[in-house]
Amino acid sequence: MILVIAEQKDGKLNRATWETLVGAQKLAGASGAPVSVLVPGASVSGVAAELATAQIKDVVTVENPALEPYTPDGFTAALRQAIDQVSPTYVLLPHTYQTRDFAPKLATRMDRAIVTDVTAVKTSGADVAFVRPMFQGKLTADVVPQGPTPHFVTFQIGAFRADQVARGASPAPVRALSVPVDASAIRQKPEAPFQQAKQAVDLSQAERIVSVGRGIKEQANIALAQKLADALGAEIAASRPICDAGWLPMERQVGSSGQTVAPKLYLALGISGAIQHLVGMKGSSTVVAINKDPDAPIFEVADYGIVGDLFEIVPAIIEAVKS
Amino acid sequence: MRIAVCIKQVPTREWQPRLNDTKTWIREQDASFEMNEPDAYALEEALRLKEKHGGEVVVCSAGPSRVAQVIREALARGADRAIHVEADALANADAFVTAEAPGAAMKDERFDLILTGLQSDDQGFAQVGVILAERLGLAHATIIMEVQVAPGGGADRGAGAPGVIKVKRELEGGWFQWVAMPLPALLTIQSGINQLRYATLKGIMAAKKKEIRATPPPATAVARQTIVGLYAPEKGKKTQLISGSPTEAAKELVRRLRDEARVI
Ligand SMILES: Cc1cc2nc3c(=O)[nH]c(=O)nc-3n(C[C@H](O)[C@H](O)[C@H](O)COP(=O)(O)OP(=O)(O)OC[C@H]3O[C@@H](n4cnc5c(N)ncnc54)[C@H](O)[C@@H]3O)c2cc1C
Ligand SMILES: Nc1ncnc2c1ncn2[C@@H]1O[C@H](COP(=O)(O)O)[C@@H](O)[C@H]1O
Repeated sequence: MILVIAEQKDGKLNRATWETLVGAQKLAGASGAPVSVLVPGASVSGVAAELATAQIKDVVTVENPALEPYTPDGFTAALRQAIDQVSPTYVLLPHTYQTRDFAPKLATRMDRAIVTDVTAVKTSGADVAFVRPMFQGKLTADVVPQGPTPHFVTFQIGAFRADQVARGASPAPVRALSVPVDASAIRQKPEAPFQQAKQAVDLSQAERIVSVGRGIKEQANIALAQKLADALGAEIAASRPICDAGWLPMERQVGSSGQTVAPKLYLALGISGAIQHLVGMKGSSTVVAINKDPDAPIFEVADYGIVGDLFEIVPAIIEAVKS
Repeated sequence: MRIAVCIKQVPTREWQPRLNDTKTWIREQDASFEMNEPDAYALEEALRLKEKHGGEVVVCSAGPSRVAQVIREALARGADRAIHVEADALANADAFVTAEAPGAAMKDERFDLILTGLQSDDQGFAQVGVILAERLGLAHATIIMEVQVAPGGGADRGAGAPGVIKVKRELEGGWFQWVAMPLPALLTIQSGINQLRYATLKGIMAAKKKEIRATPPPATAVARQTIVGLYAPEKGKKTQLISGSPTEAAKELVRRLRDEARVI
């Protein structure tokens, strides 16, 4: 049996859960195993009903006031018991920040394998390998979990398409599992989430974006990118290391921890194309990459590419746009 | 405050990957190495906490003899001493085996705070810190962008009240959250939490006199995953590569963006 752990907050489902469900259905198709979805939280009946529309065996709710707000101690204690009762061969989760926070702890407590950030599943007969990026996306690995089951697998955001989920003819049954959680044993005391300063620039509305990465080398060179942005009528944005260094303000960061953008034109200058950057700009209609490394992962999502030194190419583009 | 920092040595960003003969790992002899980026931020945060609250910063790296390079660099930046868990097999160990290595060395030291990076740039498990916390029975929080020690938090735990820290966790999409927890604790640090300092000549000289304790990994660790194949990523989208001199390529790009894509 394959168990998907759904992620929800305040009764709202994280859509990455649907992607993981598609991954589960793919894995089940190969082995014929039934799929169950487990929903942990304080009050999850709405989310459970939503998930029950998928073609699955059942939805299992684990409701406990100690599970909201989320804490790694609370989740590990509750899920450990729930998984013991359900006894799956795989436990699948979306590779969200929340999963990263508790899943390795849970797998360690159960002494079971955990393969993270998986982008695809390869099956051949009874053999299953999980595909994951390594070395910042420069290489891809086929990985086989070892030891007794369940094996934990977390799927990268965007690995599967949520709209491909198979729906059931009638709603799947929902059953409640009650597990005790000792709230006094939870060591983390979280406060309410907040957003830093009000965003002064809304990059999600920009039609054109010139985005700079570490290939820009120095803060002084940002001016060159700004010139190109001005010539194109574009907003300037950046990868995380540029904002970390304080060369551009945080609010111009694109990616999983920054803004998600979908302009008509996204021009990436000296950006390698790490997955955390790609998730923030993959929705752009036309992507242009300028990078001196022909194997940079950014070229996998680019429509147009120039392999070369941005310090030679950018001035030439500014010239060409003006003439 | 007694703080440990876990540091991994990873191939440099400029490194072009080449595979070993069995195509399950890289050819290490072709690679040059550097400190994993988030680990450098973790070290900097530890040094800042020590400057504020006193105490000691101990760095720990698990790997073959080559990782002595990042250990010396950390000592030059200001760490007080180091533990090198040394074994060739740690070069490409899985997260369970990797976490076991510093875990054994750290058990007896009873640190108040252990910092790791949130993720390694080579294997990228995003696991070792969290596994280590569970093995050592510590409270933990991940993807941390600020650390505040409550008054008394730096006190020797043997004598005073248990310390408390408050940390700012990064959530997705520009959201954050403060989380309080008791010491001892483990935090995984996100890049950008502070501004890095670099080693000074004085620091490099001082590092030569600092202790590096070498220790073998425990024999008990069991790997829970195996890499059966390693290869270059398959290209998904068809990229139109534009060649020629910078001037020619730039002209052609602008033409295509105007006439084909119609985005400028
Ligand atoms: C939890 C988490 C969240 C993250 N969130 C984000 C996020 O929101 N946004 C984000 O961007 N990253 C994020 N990251 C970091 C991400 O993993 C990468 O480290 C980062 O995106 C790399 O930035 P880069 O491409 O600018 O730098 P690098 O990876 O160093 O790439 C620089 C590129 O420039 C090229 N180059 C160098 N010189 C030249 C030249 N002269 N001409 C042309 N090209 C040149 C190089 O070939 C290289 O490809 C996150 C990481 C984690 C673990
Ligand atoms: N071999 C190692 N030696 C010391 N610390 C390590 C090692 N491997 C991983 N770490 C630490 O664990 C963090 C997460 O690594 P990973 O789980 O591989 O993504 C890194 O940022 C390091 O701080």
